[in-house]
Amino acid sequence: MPVYPSKSSAPVVALNSVGKTFANGVVALARLDLDVRPGEFVSLLGPSGCGKSTALRIIAGLSEPTSGTVEWLEAEAASAGPRRLGFVFQEPTLMPWATVAANVRLPLKLAGLEPSAQARVDAALARVGLSGFAQSYPRELSGGMKMRTSIARALVTEPKLLLMDEPFAALDEITRFRLNNDLLALWRSLGKTVVFVTHSVFESVYLSQRIVVMTRRPGRVFAELAIDAPYPRDERFRTSADYVGYCRHVSEALASASDATDQR
Amino acid sequence: MSKTRAKDERSPVADRMLRVLLPIAMLALGVVLWELVVRVGDIPPYVLPGPHLVFSTLISDWAVLGASLFVTLTTTLEGFLLAAAGGVGLAVLFNQSRLIEYSLYPYAVILQVTPVVAIAPLLLIYLPQQAAVLACAWIVAFFPVLANTTLGLRSVDHNLTDLFRLYGATRRQVLWELKLPAALPYILGGLKIAGGLSLIGAVVAEIAAGSAGAGSGLAYRIVESGYRLNIPRMFAALLLLSVAGIMIFFALSFVSHLLLRRWHESAIVREV
Repeated sequence: MPVYPSKSSAPVVALNSVGKTFANGVVALARLDLDVRPGEFVSLLGPSGCGKSTALRIIAGLSEPTSGTVEWLEAEAASAGPRRLGFVFQEPTLMPWATVAANVRLPLKLAGLEPSAQARVDAALARVGLSGFAQSYPRELSGGMKMRTSIARALVTEPKLLLMDEPFAALDEITRFRLNNDLLALWRSLGKTVVFVTHSVFESVYLSQRIVVMTRRPGRVFAELAIDAPYPRDERFRTSADYVGYCRHVSEALASASDATDQR
Repeated sequence: MSKTRAKDERSPVADRMLRVLLPIAMLALGVVLWELVVRVGDIPPYVLPGPHLVFSTLISDWAVLGASLFVTLTTTLEGFLLAAAGGVGLAVLFNQSRLIEYSLYPYAVILQVTPVVAIAPLLLIYLPQQAAVLACAWIVAFFPVLANTTLGLRSVDHNLTDLFRLYGATRRQVLWELKLPAALPYILGGLKIAGGLSLIGAVVAEIAAGSAGAGSGLAYRIVESGYRLNIPRMFAALLLLSVAGIMIFFALSFVSHLLLRRWHESAIVREV
């Protein structure tokens, strides 16, 4: 099992022995250690309810850890006001009363950057291929287009770090594959760091450089696997023997991760 | 199976025609029956006037009735606007401060559940007549706005709330950009109820005031005509009140449709 080699560059954000216990007594995370390195595409993979979303929310600052620390790179901490990160939820989470353009403009509006917003909104919509739909309302869009809008909104502030919480879980397979490809293209052209939460082995292998396999609740890191296949990855990779091999490795790791907790 | 298909495929235009034509046909039938009963039974107008007499009274007494209609509608509109402002305002205040909500909400409920007919005479003692009538219209109408707005402000998508937090939105931004738009369908629902209720409030107060010997609204005309056994005018005034209520309902439904038609499920016609 290939273990990810530690790189010299300092992590963008590091979770050190982070634990999270909810008010109702549920222990979501226990001693979770996670480094996110600049520019990488890392996936958090685990069974439903293993605390991967909680970990992502803690990185985003939407949830406070009950133990452990979250450390940001010096430069990131400086701009920590509304941290320079984008978040894509499992649902598109659009304001139904606002047009696509207004939804994408929201982060800029909240930051008081309205005057210079138009060009950035247009650029963000163009990046996700929705230029012609600026004046549509969310309910007029398909599921995939709603998710594209959501991604455009996350990109509009030009964040260095993009956090994605099972963004494509509710989409059909064809749409999902297409958005996977588009996401990889965006990642490569924009040079962002992406933390991607998923419960799909296949999706995580296709997208990531590194997969962090988490145990069942309380979640902690069970294994880290590097996917060394070169980018750009496309349908050829999806059907290659390498891909199948990686998927088998990762599936085995996921199965052992589930067993590991069962024995405790 | 072919039978159900045929039923499903009835054109929406035909369906809409039916929805308009059937009530009108029922109305016509009712009016004709009413007139027939009055004529055949030779019922004197002080017992039951026929629709023809009611309608001609409406025209001949228009000088009195029209002026009274204007008075009642003015009260209703003022009561409605105050109820809208008060209901939404209080709900926002409650939403911003839990302490204020805990302190005041029970009294809003008490104000609502105490029958306004019982409050009106008291209000007429302490307030000038016009103010008392207005207060009654407000008391009856504000609560549905308050209750609906409160519910609406709490019904915001949690992920959207997180998103606003993530981008460092201020309380003010959360209120104006998120909570109020999300609550809009609920607010409009409350206003639709409040429109009818403010008319009821105005009428109840006018009747209470009328028995105290003052007033010139439509409800007062009904009471007055009753004392004088002018039954046709009672019916004419009642007809005007009904029409006023219907107009208020349609006006508010139309405004609601205009505001929600682009985005809210309630305002969208589904293609089947």
